[in-house]
Amino acid sequence: MAVVTSDRGRRQTAPAQGNFLYRPEVRQVIYQTVLVVLLVALFYMLVHNTAANLRKQNIASGFAFIDRTAGFDVSQALIDYNSSMTYGRAFLVGLLNTLLVAGLGIVAATILGFVIGIARLSRNWLIARLSAVYVEVIRNVPLLLQLFFWYFAVLKALPPPRQSLSIPGGGFLNVRGLYLPTPIPEPGFEIVLCAILLGIAAAVAVYAWARRRQTLTGQQFPVLWTSLGLIVAMPFIVHILLGSPLVFEYPELKGFNFQGGMVLQPEFLALLLGLSIYTASFIAEIVRAGIQGVSKGQKEAALAIGLTQGQSLRLVVIPQAMRIIIPPLTSQFLNLTKNSSLAVAIGYPDLVSVWSGTVLNQTGQAVEVILVTMCVFLAISLITSAFMNWFNRRMALVER
Amino acid sequence: MVADTDVAANIEAPPRNTVGPIAWIRTNLLSSWSNALLTAIGLYLAYEAASTLIYWGLVSATFTGADGSVCTREGAGACWPFITAKFAQFMYGRYPEPQRWRVDLVYLLALAGLIPLMIPRVPGKFWNAIYVFAIFPIIAYILLVGGVFGLLHVDTALWGGLLVTLVVATVGIAGSFPLGILLALGRRSKMPIVRWVSVGFIEFVRGVPLITVLFMASVMLPLFLPPGVTFDKLLRALIGVALFSAAYLAEVIRGGLQAIPRGQFEAADALGLSYGKKMGLIILPQALKLVIPGIVNTFIGLFKDTSLVLIIGLFDLLGIVQLNNADSKWFSPTTAMTGYVFAGFVFWIFCFGMSRYSQLIERRLAAGERR
Repeated sequence: MAVVTSDRGRRQTAPAQGNFLYRPEVRQVIYQTVLVVLLVALFYMLVHNTAANLRKQNIASGFAFIDRTAGFDVSQALIDYNSSMTYGRAFLVGLLNTLLVAGLGIVAATILGFVIGIARLSRNWLIARLSAVYVEVIRNVPLLLQLFFWYFAVLKALPPPRQSLSIPGGGFLNVRGLYLPTPIPEPGFEIVLCAILLGIAAAVAVYAWARRRQTLTGQQFPVLWTSLGLIVAMPFIVHILLGSPLVFEYPELKGFNFQGGMVLQPEFLALLLGLSIYTASFIAEIVRAGIQGVSKGQKEAALAIGLTQGQSLRLVVIPQAMRIIIPPLTSQFLNLTKNSSLAVAIGYPDLVSVWSGTVLNQTGQAVEVILVTMCVFLAISLITSAFMNWFNRRMALVER
Repeated sequence: MVADTDVAANIEAPPRNTVGPIAWIRTNLLSSWSNALLTAIGLYLAYEAASTLIYWGLVSATFTGADGSVCTREGAGACWPFITAKFAQFMYGRYPEPQRWRVDLVYLLALAGLIPLMIPRVPGKFWNAIYVFAIFPIIAYILLVGGVFGLLHVDTALWGGLLVTLVVATVGIAGSFPLGILLALGRRSKMPIVRWVSVGFIEFVRGVPLITVLFMASVMLPLFLPPGVTFDKLLRALIGVALFSAAYLAEVIRGGLQAIPRGQFEAADALGLSYGKKMGLIILPQALKLVIPGIVNTFIGLFKDTSLVLIIGLFDLLGIVQLNNADSKWFSPTTAMTGYVFAGFVFWIFCFGMSRYSQLIERRLAAGERR
């Protein structure tokens, strides 16, 4: 702001002498006009050339192809899909798969990243060194290589279904993927769901009440344990009382493959593993920098007024560190979402693989397909950063 | 003097349990029960990782052999003969064998320019920079592509392996540098249209994945050109990579520009310098120096991202490893793992080296602030 005013002030007082072209405001207009003309010319040339090339290659333009039958299958679909549905539907399937892997990846990477970031600052020398090794190894190797490693060298090298590795709790891991028990709700399960919702509402109320009481009287209330009891234990008891209306269907080996349960495909697993492990190494560094960024005096003051180590971390250090952590954390979330497009290299049917891969190859309408892909990622980026900015404002220090 | 020695003589040695390795272990590893438990978990993890790596890479590994059959036995570890046999391919791709000295010569010339440039003590940085940024690229281009001075022309389709990785990364960053500076200046310009155009470009490119930019460069770029004009595949990837990293570089440089105190701009204006002189002589030299670590980090990111060019059909180091993993002559359960570990190690050496170098520079730049 200040720069503009001082500049304007100078311009007003400067005597209007010399060449007309030497006046800054005239020059600005000239420069910007040249830029606009060049951009328009470039744009015109691109459109003109593209149209000519498309005509020559007999490629249609426009978005009419969206309603045409896709004719290809997708190996993982969250919504009902088969090859007789439209390209538009295939686009949705791909978009949902991208969002699924990005969402789960963000959660996993954040948890892992925080654990490793805090471990790196541990007073235990060995734990700190191990975390440092993790960070330095993982973040200096390309993500694509790590994806290939997980997919081709690890998951594709697993034994066939008959020699599956069994996982405690009824799961199986083999070359076809990870087989897990499926929860199947039976009549009466709605009541358990209601109990969970009720528990959450009660926990929120208890939190608000405890906070008010603490401000007024200074007395503390065990909010964490009460909330856990309300959200986990209470629905569990309801569940038992109703005669366990949620049953699990376990995968079983029948012939050459497993029946029942649900399967996470190796492509999905590899992508999720690769993305979360890779991004976690960056998040760990951000967390470390954030915690180190809280001034030493704050930690010492917290201990001096008699807080325990845990309390000082929870009540003093973490809230302040979060302010430093959130902005770069946002860009890591966005990076993870954008990196999920590497799915195309290992055949996970995400947006880029289904839409910019198969659909582009079938229709040949490169311009439309790639523009749509870019717009989707731009929209995801803008929405995520808008949300994180809102969250950041809530967390930010409220100053006078 | 006498009093000093008297005092020193009277100082008792510190208690045995507060110095030396035992005290170190007690404070750093076993200060409490929970800490001891963590140490136990850490020891277990470290042992598992180290033993797996050593068993796989040395004890159960295969070191000699002519094809994959030597690595197919039960419980076989790394298949190192695969790497030895394919090493030349991993380095040069399909670059014709009698011509490979040209690639080596380019590496040598690059090192001859880069090493003195990177060691702060060596004098003559100006001429050194001229060599690295102006003369070397021309020589490298002539040597690698050929077609003049009796050098055989080598089509870029034959390039591969580490050569392509290095070419894409260095040309990408060099190409993105001028554009990145322009965009950073444009973003801070007072002219609204210039600012909007810069912000639009930067935010657009940073909002989309590199792979869509590469798709655009490989599929859409040919459509943008007048009919009949064709582009080399490698060049298309280079354009995509350069445009992509320009946006990231612009943000790094903007950070440096913002860190320059207002007084510097005002002093330059007061001296009557034109915009170009003000930026070129006063502001940019300071701003760029400030953000060297950021630029190196961008370069590390770009170096890792070059592996994405395999998706549009170029064979960089990872691409050529991936291609050879599928070689039926070397089929074995551990071939793929060995290939990835090798490629990962090469990438790691480069990236780790660069990040260490950037930390060194960071410390050097901060030296003035420390005093």
